[in-house]
Amino acid sequence: MKSTGTIATLLRIFPYAKKALPRVILGTIAAIVAHLFALAIPQFLRDLVNGIKDDGTVEKLIPAVIAVLALGIAEALFVLLRRWLVLTPGTHVEAGLRRTLYAKLQDLPVSFHDRWPSGQLLSRATGDLSLIRRWLSFGLVLFVANAVTIVVGLAVLFSFSWVLGLIFFVTSVPIWVRGFSFEKKYHSIARLSQDQAGDLATSVEEAVHGIRVLKAFGRGDHAAKKFVEDAKRLRQTEVKKAGLIADIWIYLILVPEFAVGVSMLAGVWLIAQGDLTVGGLVAFFATATVLRWPTESIGFLLSMTLDAKTAVTRFFEVIDAPVEIEDPENPKTIANPIGKVEFKDVVFRYPDAPADSKPILDGINLTLNPGESVALIGVTGCGKTTLTALTTRLYEVQQGAITLDGVDVRDLTREELRRHIAMAFEDATLFSASVRENVLLGRPDASEEDLKQALEIAQAGFVYDLPEGLDTRIGEEGLSLSGGQRQRLALARAVAAKPAVLILDDPLSALDVDTEAMVEDALRTVLTETTALIVAHRPSTVQLADRVALLQDGRITAVGKHSELLATNEHYRYVIASLESEKGATA
Amino acid sequence: MSMKGVEGEEKIELNKEEAKAVRRRSMRLLGSLIRPVRGRLAVSFVTVVFSQAFRVLGPAIIAYGIDQALPKAIAGDYVGLWFTVAAYLLAATATAGLTYFFISYAAKTNQDVILDLRKRVFGHTQKLSLEFHEKYTSGRVISRQTSDLDSIKELLDTGGNEMVAGILYMIFTAVALIILDWTSFTVILVTIIPLYFLTRWFQKQTRISYRRTRVASAKLIVHFVETMTGIRAVKAFRKDKRNNEEYAELVEDYRSVNAKVIQLFGIYDPSLILIGNFAVAGVLLVDGWRVIDGTLGFGVLTAAILYAKRFFDPMEDLAMFYNAFQSANSALEKISGVLEEDPTVPEPENPRAFEKREGHIQFKDVEFHYSNGKSVLPNFNLDIPAGQTIALVGTTGAGKSTLAKLVSRFYDPTAGAVELDGIDLREVANDELRKSVVMVTQEAYLFSGTVADNIALGKPGATVAEIEASAKAVGVHEFILSLPDGYDTDVNKRGGRVSAGQRQLISFARAFIADPTVLILDEATASLDIPSERAVQNALRTLLAGRTAIIIAHRLSTVSIADRVLVMEHGQIIEDDAPAKLIAGTGKFAKMHKAWRDSLA
Repeated sequence: MKSTGTIATLLRIFPYAKKALPRVILGTIAAIVAHLFALAIPQFLRDLVNGIKDDGTVEKLIPAVIAVLALGIAEALFVLLRRWLVLTPGTHVEAGLRRTLYAKLQDLPVSFHDRWPSGQLLSRATGDLSLIRRWLSFGLVLFVANAVTIVVGLAVLFSFSWVLGLIFFVTSVPIWVRGFSFEKKYHSIARLSQDQAGDLATSVEEAVHGIRVLKAFGRGDHAAKKFVEDAKRLRQTEVKKAGLIADIWIYLILVPEFAVGVSMLAGVWLIAQGDLTVGGLVAFFATATVLRWPTESIGFLLSMTLDAKTAVTRFFEVIDAPVEIEDPENPKTIANPIGKVEFKDVVFRYPDAPADSKPILDGINLTLNPGESVALIGVTGCGKTTLTALTTRLYEVQQGAITLDGVDVRDLTREELRRHIAMAFEDATLFSASVRENVLLGRPDASEEDLKQALEIAQAGFVYDLPEGLDTRIGEEGLSLSGGQRQRLALARAVAAKPAVLILDDPLSALDVDTEAMVEDALRTVLTETTALIVAHRPSTVQLADRVALLQDGRITAVGKHSELLATNEHYRYVIASLESEKGATA
Repeated sequence: MSMKGVEGEEKIELNKEEAKAVRRRSMRLLGSLIRPVRGRLAVSFVTVVFSQAFRVLGPAIIAYGIDQALPKAIAGDYVGLWFTVAAYLLAATATAGLTYFFISYAAKTNQDVILDLRKRVFGHTQKLSLEFHEKYTSGRVISRQTSDLDSIKELLDTGGNEMVAGILYMIFTAVALIILDWTSFTVILVTIIPLYFLTRWFQKQTRISYRRTRVASAKLIVHFVETMTGIRAVKAFRKDKRNNEEYAELVEDYRSVNAKVIQLFGIYDPSLILIGNFAVAGVLLVDGWRVIDGTLGFGVLTAAILYAKRFFDPMEDLAMFYNAFQSANSALEKISGVLEEDPTVPEPENPRAFEKREGHIQFKDVEFHYSNGKSVLPNFNLDIPAGQTIALVGTTGAGKSTLAKLVSRFYDPTAGAVELDGIDLREVANDELRKSVVMVTQEAYLFSGTVADNIALGKPGATVAEIEASAKAVGVHEFILSLPDGYDTDVNKRGGRVSAGQRQLISFARAFIADPTVLILDEATASLDIPSERAVQNALRTLLAGRTAIIIAHRLSTVSIADRVLVMEHGQIIEDDAPAKLIAGTGKFAKMHKAWRDSLA
């Protein structure tokens, strides 16, 4: 990855913060004003001390105390103003970025999600964005305000005495130098610890998702060993990080104290020489105390700025990713789809596959006539699922075309295309929502009658026995269902969408024989009027289809009726004929 | 409501008793974490006491310099001044050195505590039974071990040090001021009263808002993860637009509760500054008066003002610490809940070893029902002689998987006993049992690592030849060789682009290499195509010789390799005989078999 300058990177976030910008600027001004009030207090102290020393009257004391108090109140008010100005807009910017990121991620093609683990995306949507918010409404504002305060404060110190000012300035230099070199080291170790925390999270996730395998083989210790190794590595990094922080604290404590010590020496000498008043020295120490925090804070503000830079970079890694599969500029539309699907010389290779490898689909030609159901057959891993994913543009064909009713699927909006073609996946995904919402996902306005029918076809009557029937919440945040139950709901979902074309990817694999037979009987009625492409492993599923297409070495090598292919095609027999029927044939 | 374990975990408002119970268990956990490192914590504490004491010395030395050394210096005697400056720098160096030591030393202790806690939670969740995992869901287990542990780490990382240092700093400042000048301290004491009430108010407000933030942020995360892991379904069913709306709502909920917490800080922080400035003005008024009276030196005035100003410095840090503390505290409550869960399948206290490994399984008056009382298997007896291959058939929910899980001890029976080679499974240590019993499920999970690693999981330390032999046996060898790096190919996260069928074959190879006495296959061939299933069945014929096997399958083709078929319905075994006899009969199995034969034609 090319590394860009910190400022250039951070500037990229400003188009997203446009609305908040005026208030951020005003907030910065408020912060500066508050600091100036704080800086002014020692001025009155000086006059007060000198005044008392000279004539020692109460008349001098009261106005000075009132002035100090007024400045103190003003300082607090302006801090309040700064926070009020900046904080709410900051949360709006964060919310806006979060929505933008989410929408972009939904727009990005499936191939993007294949590459990016969801944990990495999650950390961007949570930690990174809140870091950007804190930097914008806190880090940036205070960085500017503190820098101004330090400059003004130094000028004030110079005004008390140029010698003292110079001493303070010169002794501060090591903090700055050290600060910059600290940031560099800290930056890389912080990134390392982030990555290692990610690895650790992956170990946790795998041990939880694979708990059945680990238990079945009694390999819990094996997983624990890997986990402990990861955790120890992270511990090592964290300890190193703490070492760096401890190191910078030496400077943050020692340097300002050193400056005060030397100033004391010089200040007393100056008073002895008559070049400085006692009030001046008192005010000098008070001012140095005011400057102490801004000077110390430059260190962590810098590290925050660098963290924000990383966060912005990580944010734009997603935002800059090409969508690749976009809606056409002038989309066509199909008013009354009849469901004719044609694959014409379709070639596809996964984007992350080696460039010289053979495409997984290498010249697919296949026509699905309206109302016809075609079973797609082939050995494990030959590309059947890939082929189905191309129809709704989850992946994009690289050569050739897929057409729906004569229109290239790339000429339709994705919204329309996916309305016409509905899919049921082998691994059924359910969302945290009610049964009803899950089934009606593809057609939220469907009638109660349609819903009932879809559930009936998929033999998903079990949902009526759930605690709250159709309103029972399922998915990650709700009731967990068995594999077979999930598969039936996914099937009901595809059926309820009432699409022109139905794509079913091995939709009955988790069902027992009885249920499978009942689903098949019910599906037959739907399939008489709907075009369907059905990925099948079993003769029983093949029976659902009018014709069968055989996928072999990236091509459709045979199309025909089940019985014809069984009689004429050896590879087909190899793929579909079961042990039993083989025995039957030879007996 | 009982608050034992993870029950009632999502509750926000707890009654007194519940709150007490939860607090007691999280404090117990905290105590057990601290005990091993208490010596080191004491060292840290002493260090921080001294570093803060030296830090507080500064203004007092300045006071001495102005009141004592300055007049002498004006008179030409610089010894006092040199002494003062040297003392000041010495105090500063001591503070810096001790702080350096404290930060790096405490970090090691803290990280060890975190490591300890990580290991405990990880180990414990691995021990907890499958029933727990199914009920609690994977998302929660993961978030306990990631985001909850992170917030405890956050607290220990920064908060802990800051709190101790901050409180000590305030105490020492007060002490220094008392020693230096009682009257000035009384002025500051007056300002502590509004400080106390302000802080009380702030604590109360943030506690409520803080819980709300946690709930809102959890919802946001769950929605996000669900969308990204189910992105295909999202796209295929055009859920993206609706998702954008739903997500925007959750984002706004989170934003507004978060803004509230931030606003509380926005009030608290300026109020602290205000109180601090009042304290300075108060000290100035009282001490100024006394200077005029001639009862107080300028140096003490300066020191009092500096102390007054610095006294409130740590308050903001303490407020931030309090926030981190709230977060860590609620995390600790939840983690301690998980740790409190007892494994329903506990390890035996006095484990017995198998004298012989033959694979003779006996169910003696076994009953099983879930903890919610729902009965799955009513009382039954079953004897499976060593070496027999059993096919379990029946409809979904008939109890086939439960029966198999009793043999592999994923569950323990509610009544009666399951015995293997004459020993009750509850008396066998887990490691010992796994050498005898291995189960392959429908869900074929691949861990990140190479294909070879994944197969070798069945037999750690397996040779390359053994791994290849088992892959060849199930017919997945050719496929593995076709991968970019053969057996050394890294399978992506959760199997990546290995198809469902291939994943299942690899998990078969994993089971074969384990070479168990009892092999249980639970729907393990569901995603296989027919050629693969054929290969697996051929492998099974040779492999199952001399082993006991329990095979659950929808596909009745598996039955051909079985010695005996058990037909289950509603938790009961309704038919039990050799397959040929059952097929020839008129029972349920005969009907199923006929229907299946017809489906093949």
